[in-house]
Amino acid sequence: MIITIASGKGGTGKTLISTSLALSLKDDYGVTLADCDVEEPNAGIFLKPQISGSESVDIMVPVVAEEKCTFCGKCAKVCAFNAIAVLGSHVLTFPQLCHGCGACSYLCPEKAITEEARHIGVVEWGDARGIKFIQGILTVGEAMAPPVISRVKEHESEQDIIIRDAPPGTSCPVVETVRGSDFCLLLTEPTPFGLNDLKLAVETVRELDIPFGVVINRTGAGDAGVENYCQEEKIHVLMTIPLDTEIARLYSRGVVLVEGMPEWKSRFIQLYNDIKEKVDA
Amino acid sequence: MRELVVLSGKGGTGKTSIVGSLAALAEKKVMADCDVDAADLHLLLNPAVRHKEEFWSGKSAVIDSEKCTQCGLCQKLCRFDAIDNFKVDAISCEGCGFCSHICPAEAITMEENMAGYLFISDTKYGPLVHARLGIAQENSGKLVAKVRQQSKKLAGEAGADYIICDGPPGIGCPVVSSLSGANMALLVVEPTLSGIHDMERVIGVCRHFNVPAAVCVNKFDINEENTREIEKYCQSQSVEVAARIPFDNVVTEAMVKGIPVVEYSGGAVSQEIKKLWEKVSRLLNSK
Ligand code: SF4
Ligand code: SF4
Repeated sequence: MIITIASGKGGTGKTLISTSLALSLKDDYGVTLADCDVEEPNAGIFLKPQISGSESVDIMVPVVAEEKCTFCGKCAKVCAFNAIAVLGSHVLTFPQLCHGCGACSYLCPEKAITEEARHIGVVEWGDARGIKFIQGILTVGEAMAPPVISRVKEHESEQDIIIRDAPPGTSCPVVETVRGSDFCLLLTEPTPFGLNDLKLAVETVRELDIPFGVVINRTGAGDAGVENYCQEEKIHVLMTIPLDTEIARLYSRGVVLVEGMPEWKSRFIQLYNDIKEKVDA
Repeated sequence: MRELVVLSGKGGTGKTSIVGSLAALAEKKVMADCDVDAADLHLLLNPAVRHKEEFWSGKSAVIDSEKCTQCGLCQKLCRFDAIDNFKVDAISCEGCGFCSHICPAEAITMEENMAGYLFISDTKYGPLVHARLGIAQENSGKLVAKVRQQSKKLAGEAGADYIICDGPPGIGCPVVSSLSGANMALLVVEPTLSGIHDMERVIGVCRHFNVPAAVCVNKFDINEENTREIEKYCQSQSVEVAARIPFDNVVTEAMVKGIPVVEYSGGAVSQEIKKLWEKVSRLLNSK
């Protein structure tokens, strides 16, 4: 079972939920936590894993052997991302723009283009108190998160309950994370921003055709917009977490909610059972 | 004309509430919402859209099943696993066009995607350029670039002194696109361990693109020890901490009312945001 924790915007408490859910389930099940927020991975701050292995994430970019090149311009013509250009008797490559599709090297009539690996991030894995922990880290200054995310997913243990911590938003990195999930938990806050961002997230998971439910964090402040919307759209609110200074303090210190306040554990187990019931139905 | 980009690492740190207030405080400016994935700024500025245009960007492969001989070459060569059973999954398709060039039956064409909308609006505080990326669309970086381009044009025409951008979360493609060539970045940070970690990475990105940065600690009093850590770190990096804003529910109340917090309350939060703008505008003009 793969459960993805997502939200339209950041800072809604995705990591709070993913880490608490993982720790609540680990005594009864095998659990993998995959931090797919490779731009700002945070789950490790809470789980303090023992990292036991890592690998580089690379994309393959072109290298041109100019002595073989006839400057025909084919490579520049086929590249959809303007990552390779022919100027007089030189071929310029722009590795930062290259998506690594391989078109130029395959289509070069002189076979003058080979490929080399360009490092864009790493994937690390290890153990965090009995949980299998995986995280991707995009190198600072790099733009392309999806290849790092897809590599994180390759390390998941299929027989486990897999919990994915998604990046914020609704564009390609989120789509890459959510794909293949059995269920999506959408996190939001009871505010106008929270509502606006929740609507976008709902559209996204509906587009991808993945069953989902909502968790509302920091209830008590704000307004009733989110609740009303969920009611109108017949969306299940699976859990609410109150605005509470103690919870905020634990979070600020990097303490997992169910460890700082063990009374929450049974609620997270219940959350999992509710999700399971929906997925099995 | 000076361009300020407000960033936050993770998002949800109060960035948009602060941008909304800066919009109310700054004179002669254009606002740009570069968080095209989950734009919220319009909820505070109440814009009247005066111009809307479609944003076409990127392509997806389409296979003509009549021409396709099912040779399987495209499936083998596509590095994004976007072709299965001689059909293209538009969401996986990277739009590279490799398949369209190699198909022996010439059965594959590349079609442009309608990837979202761009808006130019009038608000009480001046013009706002904003956008909406289509659901599950790529190219958010390009849409961000377009928003910035439009706001520069508007600012030039109007003789504005400032462009204030509400930036996207993270450090990836849309952030790279919103930072390049900006005069300064303001990072809104919460004093949590994860907030500190995010801030360090965003400062790294600013440095990578040679954009000077300043930090604003939001809700500094939820963990004063962490706030001191942030200040220490910033000092070591020669990054100025321009303000420390206390936690107060008025920020949420103002959001519910749909107005910038500096116009909703005159309390400590608003005072500190005013100081923040004084400092930031001074830094902007000196950098
Ligand atoms: S591999 Fe693809 S994206 Fe990269 S330069 Fe060649 S054609 Fe362009
Ligand atoms: S355009 Fe590129 S990514 Fe899309 S199906 Fe063709 S080869 Fe694959």
